[in-house]
Amino acid sequence: MRTRHWAAVLAALPVSISAALAQDASALRASGLAAICAQCHGTNGRTQGDTVPGLAGRNREQIASLLREFREGKRPATVMHQISKGLTDQQVDTLAAYFAAVKN
Amino acid sequence: MDRRRFLQGAAAAGISGSLGCASMGAAPSKGRVVVIGGGYGGATAAKYVRLFSGGAIDVTLVEPGAAFVSCPISNLVIGGTKTLADLTTSYDALSSRHGVRRVRDSATGIDAAGKTVKLASGEALAYDKLIVSPGIDLMYDRIEGLQAANAGGQILQAWKAGPETVALRAQLEAMPDGGVYAITIPEAPYRCPPGPYERACQVASYFKRAKPRSKVLILDANQDVTSKGPLFKRVWAEQYKGMVEYRPQHNASQVDARSKTVKFEVQQDVRADVLNVLPPMRAGSIAVQTGLANVNGRWCNLDYQTFESTAMKDVHVIGDSIQIAPLMPKSGHMANAQAKVAAAAVVARLLNIEVNPVPMLTNTCYSFVDDKNVIHVASVHRYDADKKTFLTVPGSGGVSAGPTEVEGQYALSWARNIWADTLG
Repeated sequence: MRTRHWAAVLAALPVSISAALAQDASALRASGLAAICAQCHGTNGRTQGDTVPGLAGRNREQIASLLREFREGKRPATVMHQISKGLTDQQVDTLAAYFAAVKN
Repeated sequence: MDRRRFLQGAAAAGISGSLGCASMGAAPSKGRVVVIGGGYGGATAAKYVRLFSGGAIDVTLVEPGAAFVSCPISNLVIGGTKTLADLTTSYDALSSRHGVRRVRDSATGIDAAGKTVKLASGEALAYDKLIVSPGIDLMYDRIEGLQAANAGGQILQAWKAGPETVALRAQLEAMPDGGVYAITIPEAPYRCPPGPYERACQVASYFKRAKPRSKVLILDANQDVTSKGPLFKRVWAEQYKGMVEYRPQHNASQVDARSKTVKFEVQQDVRADVLNVLPPMRAGSIAVQTGLANVNGRWCNLDYQTFESTAMKDVHVIGDSIQIAPLMPKSGHMANAQAKVAAAAVVARLLNIEVNPVPMLTNTCYSFVDDKNVIHVASVHRYDADKKTFLTVPGSGGVSAGPTEVEGQYALSWARNIWADTLG
């Protein structure tokens, strides 16, 4: 009885640990990725002044489609068409989800 | 469980902005991080270790300065359209908003085995992870006579924004119309690749307004303009025709303070009324003294994924003092970006979670060609696990089509945002 109990715990352990780690690591990675926008758009997308638009709390689909339009050259820009070409599709989606979740 | 709670806290604090020291007070610390240097790299690292860990990691920032003074935008002080006060930001918010402990002192040594930082006061600070962001040192001894000429105030660098920035402006104001301003540029790599060319534009812009018979001479040790070359050359040819002259392959070797003359390895001597000499640069002195600068004794070699030093375990180096990856500029924006990668790696290791396998960096450098019009260069860098370095993402990045006032607005907005991101 006792042995079986421990065996069950041991068998379950690696799975639950790796699930927790993956979740934590992905949250940290999303924060780290979002931080590459902060120099121009403010920490967590809360912009200073009204020259450059903020990203905090904006609609998720809107952020993603704006980034894709910049990347595909469909939306004129001074810098964003050059920066957005450095992002993968997955990164665009991660950024959109991250900033949409920020309370502005 | 603990770890998960903390990271959820991190995400919530980062997202809601409600991070406060009081609410974190009850939680036991998950580690001690010491940051040396409160510039673009160090201040950002201090703030982001706190943000990324949800306040779970204690951070101490060692910086002797009373306030942060920005190098970017400081050429506008020399051009006469900004003041040093415009570039100065308090460190207070790092403590009051983010719970960073500030120690106003200089680091004089690192005991990597005992994991302590020695301070000029004699105190020692214990760390689990150390982040070193010491900026650059100017190698005055590489140019004969420069040390004394600089100490005497005759020949300035004004490459570290501060009193020399104001003093150089005063020299230009005192110069009679018809005089010559000359700037010498060291071989790359040096801090802020487009900076000297922007400075030449700023001085020319001032001369055009106030001293139109004067000249600007750019004496460059490099083969050609090292950043935004075609754009700068077009501005000099069109906007400052007959006023700015660019001379490549001029490697300064000696100066004479009395006659304001600079000698070169090969080319003819040049005399100027205002002589602005930028000597070769290397990592800040703490990095050189401690052996962190293990590339020719000048720059710090790293594991780029985490910015951990190859010379000392648990010591991360960021900013202008590092051995650069391909096409990576020594800039304030880049130091801020590197700080976040290093901060995330430090937090991940202290909380025992996976380090980001593909960290990213961005860079945007704006240059004012006069008081309003600006050009930029931008790049995106992704860590390449096979090559173990950062590479620019193919197809990304680029430069402006030409100078515009719109980019002038964006440049000032960039300054405001990055100062807040670094210190606010």
